[in-house]
Amino acid sequence: MTDWIDIGTLADIPQRGARTVRIAGEKEIAVFRTGDDKVFALVNECPHKKGPLSQGIVHGHSVACPLHNWNIALKTGEAQGADEGCTPTIAVKEEGGRILIARPTEMKAAA
Amino acid sequence: MDFQNNTGPETASEEEIFVPSDDVREHLVVVGNGMAGCRAIEELLARDAGRYRVTIFGAEPYVNYNRIMLSPVLAGEKSFDDIIINSREWYSENNIELIAGDPVTGIDRTAKTVTSQSGRTVGYDKLLIATGSDPFIIPVPGKDLPGVISFRDMKDVDTMLEAANGGGSAVVIGGGLLGLEAAHGLTLRGMKVTVIHLMDTLMERQLDEAAGWLLKTALEGRGQTILTGANTAEIYGDGKVEGVRLKDGSEIPASLVVMAVGIRPSTALAREAGLDVNRGIKVDDHMVTSDPDVLAVGECVEHDGNVYGLVAPLWDMCRSLADGLTDQHTGYKGSVTSTKLKVAGLDVFSAGDFSGGEGCEDIVLRDASRGVYKRVVVKDDKVIGAVLYGDTADGGWYFDLLKRGEDVGEIRDLLIFGQAFASGGGALDPKAAVAALSDDAEICGCNGVSKGQVVACIEAGNCSLDAVRGSCKASASCGSCTGLVENLLAVVLGDDVQSGPKTMCKCTSFGHDDVRREIVAQNMRSIPEVMQKLHWSTPDGCSSCRPALNYYLLCALPGEYQDDQQSRFVNERMHANIQKDGTYSVVPRMWGGLTNPRELRAIADVVEKYDAPMVKVTGGQRLDIFGIKKEDLPAVWADLNAAGMVSGHAYGKSLRTVKTCVGSEWCRFGTQDSTGLGVKTERMTWGSWMPHKFKIAVSGCPRNCAEATIKDFGVVCVDSGYELHVGGNGGIHVRATDLLCKVSTEQEALDYCAAFTQLYREEARYLERTAPWIERVGVEYVKQRIVEDDAGREALRARFLYSQSFSQDDPWAERAAGANAELHQHLDPIAIAAE
Repeated sequence: MTDWIDIGTLADIPQRGARTVRIAGEKEIAVFRTGDDKVFALVNECPHKKGPLSQGIVHGHSVACPLHNWNIALKTGEAQGADEGCTPTIAVKEEGGRILIARPTEMKAAA
Repeated sequence: MDFQNNTGPETASEEEIFVPSDDVREHLVVVGNGMAGCRAIEELLARDAGRYRVTIFGAEPYVNYNRIMLSPVLAGEKSFDDIIINSREWYSENNIELIAGDPVTGIDRTAKTVTSQSGRTVGYDKLLIATGSDPFIIPVPGKDLPGVISFRDMKDVDTMLEAANGGGSAVVIGGGLLGLEAAHGLTLRGMKVTVIHLMDTLMERQLDEAAGWLLKTALEGRGQTILTGANTAEIYGDGKVEGVRLKDGSEIPASLVVMAVGIRPSTALAREAGLDVNRGIKVDDHMVTSDPDVLAVGECVEHDGNVYGLVAPLWDMCRSLADGLTDQHTGYKGSVTSTKLKVAGLDVFSAGDFSGGEGCEDIVLRDASRGVYKRVVVKDDKVIGAVLYGDTADGGWYFDLLKRGEDVGEIRDLLIFGQAFASGGGALDPKAAVAALSDDAEICGCNGVSKGQVVACIEAGNCSLDAVRGSCKASASCGSCTGLVENLLAVVLGDDVQSGPKTMCKCTSFGHDDVRREIVAQNMRSIPEVMQKLHWSTPDGCSSCRPALNYYLLCALPGEYQDDQQSRFVNERMHANIQKDGTYSVVPRMWGGLTNPRELRAIADVVEKYDAPMVKVTGGQRLDIFGIKKEDLPAVWADLNAAGMVSGHAYGKSLRTVKTCVGSEWCRFGTQDSTGLGVKTERMTWGSWMPHKFKIAVSGCPRNCAEATIKDFGVVCVDSGYELHVGGNGGIHVRATDLLCKVSTEQEALDYCAAFTQLYREEARYLERTAPWIERVGVEYVKQRIVEDDAGREALRARFLYSQSFSQDDPWAERAAGANAELHQHLDPIAIAAE
């Protein structure tokens, strides 16, 4: 069983951009919308030095961290290229035009 | 670049190129100044430049241009100057006499002379007929009405541009390549276009039904009306064209009708001269007609029963012809043709026979969501035809298999997935792929250059992409084969490749300079357009190329280009500097480093109100407020705006600060009012986006307290005026400035500053500061542009000030007023049902 949280519509997130979500007791979440209108959610921290990924340049299905330009795959949270590290991902789904994310603790419990 | 705004095409009629008549060499006269005639001469010159004295007659009043590029001219993507193949200098350097705008009207084979329309008679030893094709005009009533034209030469393009100026509707008769390109160009020029095509499938000679349907759907999506199976009955109009009536009685009103139903060899001249003519002028394997002293080449000829209407066979013919003229005897064996096209920006490829039939097997791949369709026709385990739509990357490979008659039995299962898969079941090393191509595989379709020729060109010492482009022209036109050429360089030279200008990033094979040039040349107006036209390999670029493209477009189109926020680094998007903990720092502008109690109070209030943990004086004499949260930024800006302060752009690839000393007003050594000049300079330059950060300083005397000699632009005031310095950098590699020049007035200092800034803005690569830029281009070059060229300097200054008229708005003010508020807010989570 997963707790889903409604965070708004696709239009609330800029294309090739991100918005942040705060849930009490949790790390800030970055919700990304790509050029082809796919939605991904990650903890808003680069695995390198915790840079706010939500503020990076989104390209393809990756985001470049604004602090040191690490490229993070939006689907897996993994650093690309020679860099190593992984940002936790959060399940996202679209339902009736709304975007829902899984409550992070639920994901941990499920995993 | 709008063609109509040009000074006009380069014509050759007024000033003919003169060759001394005491030239005793054999005289080769060419009838036709088009692609075939000139290419034949180029091939001849390459073999034996001194052998013949050459005279070329051209019907059009121009030098040799690339006829297949008329479509981009019509579409406004290129100007006439861009499609010239051989300039006037080429004719004169090679002692070729060009008689342009004077068509040949008769050939006297007994006297061995030709006569032109103006009555000029010229004798020949060898005659080359390269008259090309005439557009086919269907014999319907009304075909001669004014406003009915073909699409064949520059004059037709001019007529279309003129018609498009008036807007309105156009009908294009013919849904082949030429018709669709005319339709595309007219659509882009703002006309409402209907295409009438007799057959049921567009481009039925190149495409099968499925690919034709995809093309039709895509074109309709772009606003064109496409009528297939439509038969023209009549073109109607009173005194000029008013519309087209179809056989089914329907009428389509139009102020312009373009007839693009086909071409046929232009043979009238040869026929009248008594040469053997069938569909085309009959030639042997060395392009010799029934008269041994008369040759013919190009679309006007028939070889072994075949007539060709594409450029690739023309290159083959010209090689055989030049071999024959220089006593080598290779001989032309006919051409298998392929067509790789971009129709209205849509990729289409076809080769060989795809009509199917007995013993033929079709292998088809469809991917509707990607808009991709591929069909390969195999017979007896050999590829005999291919049609590709949407993804034509493997076209060259299929064509190569086809020409070589390779047995594909073993790779048949994977054939349709392309070369990478079929050659090894995974991603193939692109170098291995290009190494595997046969020597006669075509690399550059635009210029007809084969792999063998590129390799020979590299082996002759052209060790960089630019050198190859300059020498054998491969990749010098549309650029889509640049990757192939680079791979060939790597294969031939191993590690000895001279890395010319590096590519912008992994998304493109173009370097920064190429991209900037193409943006201007093709008048590109958006990032997706650049990526589309320059064949970007990624869907939306990367964090390196997007900010660069955004800047290049911004610089090229001041006041017009719509800035792309998502292609800006976070600092520029948030108008503040991101710090290591994800908070921001804020630097208000202090003009020339001056401030006052009101500003200081406002800053102090902001520091207290938003709990900023630190305030620091920056290296550029401004105050930096640290530790501001993203959500507080608009309020901080509002408070600072209220005290009259605007953004200091301390975060941007932009003009940051103008550092000053106190100058003559206070300092006992100061020679001029350096503070005042600093303020004026900052008022002039603030807000301008740059390739990189840009700093200015003004020192009041040679003691140089403002450290003007390590700034991008520095002024050192002296008794007699102002020393202007450029290209300094206090960064990782400290560089002192070069002295640009000395001027005597403040106004001159400001003017030179504006001109220098604009030169840097227009010519440096993104993220290249002035110091490495000047080291790359040389300070002499900068002096030449700014100091020695008064008109050029003035033009640069004017462009800078024009651009500034759009950019000097405080970015903080609009955010403080609520614009883009969502950038600073979190999404609001609503807990809902659990599953």
